[in-house]
Amino acid sequence: MSDKEKDRLENKGLSLDERPLFCDKRPKSYKPLNKYWEKFLNWARANSLWLLAYGTGCGAIELRPLMTSRFDMYRWGIAPRPTPRQAGVFIIGGYLSIKTLKRVIRSYEQMQGPKFVIGLGSCTINGGMYWDSYNTINRLDHYIPVDVYVTGCMPRPEAIIAGFNKLKELIKQGKADGDNEYVKNLEWYKKNQKQIIKDWDMPDYNW
Amino acid sequence: MLKLIKRLQEKFNIEEVQQQKNNLTFVTLAAKDLVNFITYLKNIEDFTHLSFLTAVDRIEQDKFQLTYMLHNHKTNYNLAVKAFIERANPVVESIHHLWQQAATYQRELHEMFGIDFPGSPRLKEDFILEDWHDIPPMRRDFKTKEYSEKTYFPRPGRKTHDPEEYMKEKLYPEGDE
Repeated sequence: MSDKEKDRLENKGLSLDERPLFCDKRPKSYKPLNKYWEKFLNWARANSLWLLAYGTGCGAIELRPLMTSRFDMYRWGIAPRPTPRQAGVFIIGGYLSIKTLKRVIRSYEQMQGPKFVIGLGSCTINGGMYWDSYNTINRLDHYIPVDVYVTGCMPRPEAIIAGFNKLKELIKQGKADGDNEYVKNLEWYKKNQKQIIKDWDMPDYNW
Repeated sequence: MLKLIKRLQEKFNIEEVQQQKNNLTFVTLAAKDLVNFITYLKNIEDFTHLSFLTAVDRIEQDKFQLTYMLHNHKTNYNLAVKAFIERANPVVESIHHLWQQAATYQRELHEMFGIDFPGSPRLKEDFILEDWHDIPPMRRDFKTKEYSEKTYFPRPGRKTHDPEEYMKEKLYPEGDE
């Protein structure tokens, strides 16, 4: 296998006609700039957390009050965005069925780096009350890297804000590195994803 | 409403009548009479509203029980029509020509129980599940917990308590007084 071929993804799930329509480039990991620049950038990232407004489970109902004047998330620089291209934080609001997991993977991969994931509720940690269901996944971190978990069923808005502040701390320390981890362990994540999603009909990386 | 039941009993071969509430009766009849019976109820007896169509897996009797809940808006009466079909060959006549929305219920039953309704539109398409390769999940011989443990990477460390014993321990640590 030449270096050029190594750099390409196979996209086996797509038919031969569809393959030219999708980018088959491998994602690259982000190399930090020099110390002070990176510190400044991390400060900026931590203060403009734009989240993807994609309610995946019942936890999404706890995100609405955050926007209201009582909790007012805008004072921390948190704002909802309508598309994955504009967002930096992905909140997984609870249980994921296989059907939503597909969409979550697509959305997560379409987000621009640096990107962070917050897992809300016990469903994302160990399946919660749906742990023995035939259709919901048990632990999220086998499919996409998770930076912060917020426990609870469901967590109150205050708990979500605490989760955001924890994420901010991690970003400022340069420890919220799920993005690079995903690129580094792409094979492992893809193996897990494909084990669950049996009829894989997406490109291997959704650019 | 006894009059209605009597009228129905004269026309159809009803096996069992169960008065559940003032405005709810369950009637059981053979699956082959089902469409005739429901058509009659809709067109003649004014049961114009299909509230739901559902199935129960009676695995002990080796049968599926189908329940069609019909509602009469004029008399405010509910009639549930029950029929049993063989589990080994679960084929029922479709009623999508009477109510279009029945096709959706039938799609769901096909996916969750594997019951076939020949002629029902879009029956074989995925409805809720995607990529399902096992036996239909609502059948009772499908082992949900085993499937989940095998498939979804369970996180170790999960504990369960017997609620009675656990609360006893918590509330009366010294012993049962």
